Amino acid sequence: MTSTNPTLSPAGGASVPPAGPPATRRPSSRAAETRRKWYEIIGLTTPAVAVYVMFVLVPMGFAVYYSLFRWRGVGPPTEFVGFNNYILAFQDPIFLDALRNNAIIVFGSLLLQGPIALAVALLLNRRFRGRTVFRLLVFVPYVLAEVTVGIMWKLILTGGGTIDVLLRQIGLGSLVQAWLADLDIVIWTLLVVLTWKYVGFAIILLLAGLSNVPPELTEAAAIDGASWWQTQRHVTLPLLGPTIRIWMFLSMIGSLQVFDVIWVTSVPAVRSLGASATMATYMVDNGFFARLWGYGNAVAVILFVISFIAALLFQRFLLRRDIAGAVTGRRN
Amino acid sequence: MAMKHRAGATLALLMTTALLVAGCNGSDSEAPAENELYKNPVTLTWWHNASQDGPGKTYWEKVAKDFSALHPTVTVQIEAIETNQLQRTRLPAALLSSDPPDIFQAWGGGEMREQVEADYLKDLTDQVKDEVANIGSATEIWQVNGKQYGLPYRMGIEGIWYNKDMFAKAGITAPPTTFDELNQAVTKLKAINVIPIALGAGDKWPAAHWWYNFALRACSVDTLKKASVDLVFDDPCFVKAGQDLKTFIGTNPFQPNFIATPGQNDPTSANGLVANGKAAMELMGDWNRGTLETVAEDPEALTKFLGWFPVPAIAGSAGDPKAALGGGDGFACAKNAPAECVEFLKYIVSPEVQKGFAGTGTGLPVAKGAEAGVADPALKSILEATSGATYVQLWLDTAFGSTVGNAMNDAVIAIFAGNGTPEKVVEAMKAAAKK
Repeated sequence: MTSTNPTLSPAGGASVPPAGPPATRRPSSRAAETRRKWYEIIGLTTPAVAVYVMFVLVPMGFAVYYSLFRWRGVGPPTEFVGFNNYILAFQDPIFLDALRNNAIIVFGSLLLQGPIALAVALLLNRRFRGRTVFRLLVFVPYVLAEVTVGIMWKLILTGGGTIDVLLRQIGLGSLVQAWLADLDIVIWTLLVVLTWKYVGFAIILLLAGLSNVPPELTEAAAIDGASWWQTQRHVTLPLLGPTIRIWMFLSMIGSLQVFDVIWVTSVPAVRSLGASATMATYMVDNGFFARLWGYGNAVAVILFVISFIAALLFQRFLLRRDIAGAVTGRRN
Repeated sequence: MAMKHRAGATLALLMTTALLVAGCNGSDSEAPAENELYKNPVTLTWWHNASQDGPGKTYWEKVAKDFSALHPTVTVQIEAIETNQLQRTRLPAALLSSDPPDIFQAWGGGEMREQVEADYLKDLTDQVKDEVANIGSATEIWQVNGKQYGLPYRMGIEGIWYNKDMFAKAGITAPPTTFDELNQAVTKLKAINVIPIALGAGDKWPAAHWWYNFALRACSVDTLKKASVDLVFDDPCFVKAGQDLKTFIGTNPFQPNFIATPGQNDPTSANGLVANGKAAMELMGDWNRGTLETVAEDPEALTKFLGWFPVPAIAGSAGDPKAALGGGDGFACAKNAPAECVEFLKYIVSPEVQKGFAGTGTGLPVAKGAEAGVADPALKSILEATSGATYVQLWLDTAFGSTVGNAMNDAVIAIFAGNGTPEKVVEAMKAAAKK
């Protein structure tokens, strides 16, 4: 702005450089600049890096270390058992159930939330009366705390709860189930709850993606005589690709680590039978309630490794174009 | 990655060493002489589990205030924490750190044995001789290798809480004393269209307690005592317990969908069914009087219809029919807690304070001289049964420690859910003992 104001910087560059021969000043100034740049980088990142090391890397190191012990959390760990805890975990049918449930939640979330979110986002992207209200409503479940959502759905789904009453009133009493207690049904019930909770997040992401679609393109398509559906199919959707892939990534990682809603909504007995356990709930049930701290740490490490591998694979094959250079440091 | 591991391991080792040093520091500190007590101002941190607003919580606040009034140098800082959080996460973590609470909830049994082995607790043996004598055999649960590490303030045996009005309506003239009579009562109660027995299997332990009672009837006292110390479960009586339980579940005595029903503190819980006149019986400990009241729509009606009888005997079994399952709550002092901690603990279990505790109706007192505080007729019958019991077996999950206890409860729940077997319970217990 100052350059456009002649009264503030009248003589162009004359006021900027101090006196001195340019030839000798330049290299030292560049070195100083580099040094300053590094001071800035170190000075500004050290607090963040220190916090990261303290609260992320060090605990991770501890988790790996503790996972090699038979340790009840009483006194320091002394009984080294190597990878025995890992072997025990993969031998426990309940842990295998938890793995299966995590897989159901990962794929179920993608398959349910994706199409719903896309449809709703495309609808909400059109201009109509009350659009803001609808957008807000769609986002409410995502804003609610997990524990609140869990308790709310527990009350709705519990025996004789809202859902059962509703079904009976509309003459579908035969459909009433033990939604949270039937060992075959509970994981699907929880999948519906999770979808309800997180679909708003997908919708908001997609709406943000949609706002980046240049109106010229859709206008051009309209001039060419494309119908609304054709425009969405051939113009909007391809441009939404990066947004959809990022959402898939976040949804997958979230589904692998899902804990709160499951913990609050599901019944402890049903969880311990494996029907509604996830890796994270299994970790807490065993680590704290059975007081197997070493074993719990081993489960935590397994959960980390699985999430890490899933994230790497996803980046390698699906996210590559979208985040080239941002994470991997390579361009292609 | 390799670097990171090494750094983590080094740090972990450092921390371990620090813990060891911290653990050793206090081991040679003796209790200070009597005359040093109350000289310097001290703050005692007290963690108990009366976290819900009610007479129990209010009473502990009064106890702390009264003690400070008697001894102005002592300030008591209370933290009331929900039982599971307290016992499973907060306390183990706090004990592991160098700053545990001074006086805290202790269940006795297997958990306490572990805490003593890790050198976390103060040995009270010499200082609480009078209190131990006054309380009697209940204190054994808070002993490890003959030494006293904590004292109970509440103790009672488990039995069946029942609705007298429903029993009368169903034509049941006297509380069942054998399982055959209990089965007949169940049939009669079904005929008047009420739930015979409410069960909060959702929380696991209320259902597991049925198995414990069958084990108590099937196993001899010696077998149970030995199992608690050695964690050996080879005696066939443990399988028999599961078989008896399976037969009992087969008579369908519980409400439908019991696997999703919570135990207590909720109107839809098993407690809620009993308190609000929908179910006739419930197996539960002495604290149930207080928890039923919190979910009752009409507490006065509850007081009128509520009765209690001991768990019936099984004809021709090895167990002592007069033995009962029970447990209590107690407090222990941390290894390095100030000497005033022990004085405060002694104050808590003194007859006057115990009498006041009994008056709250949240549990049965343990000290002799506090019986007069028990007003409720149902609680009075528990008190009589507790003193009449030939042997009180601590809750099996507490007695065997959390690891075996948790595996046992989970395997018992599988029987209730229809996909477990009596043999699998014992297998799970044996496997957990090795974990």
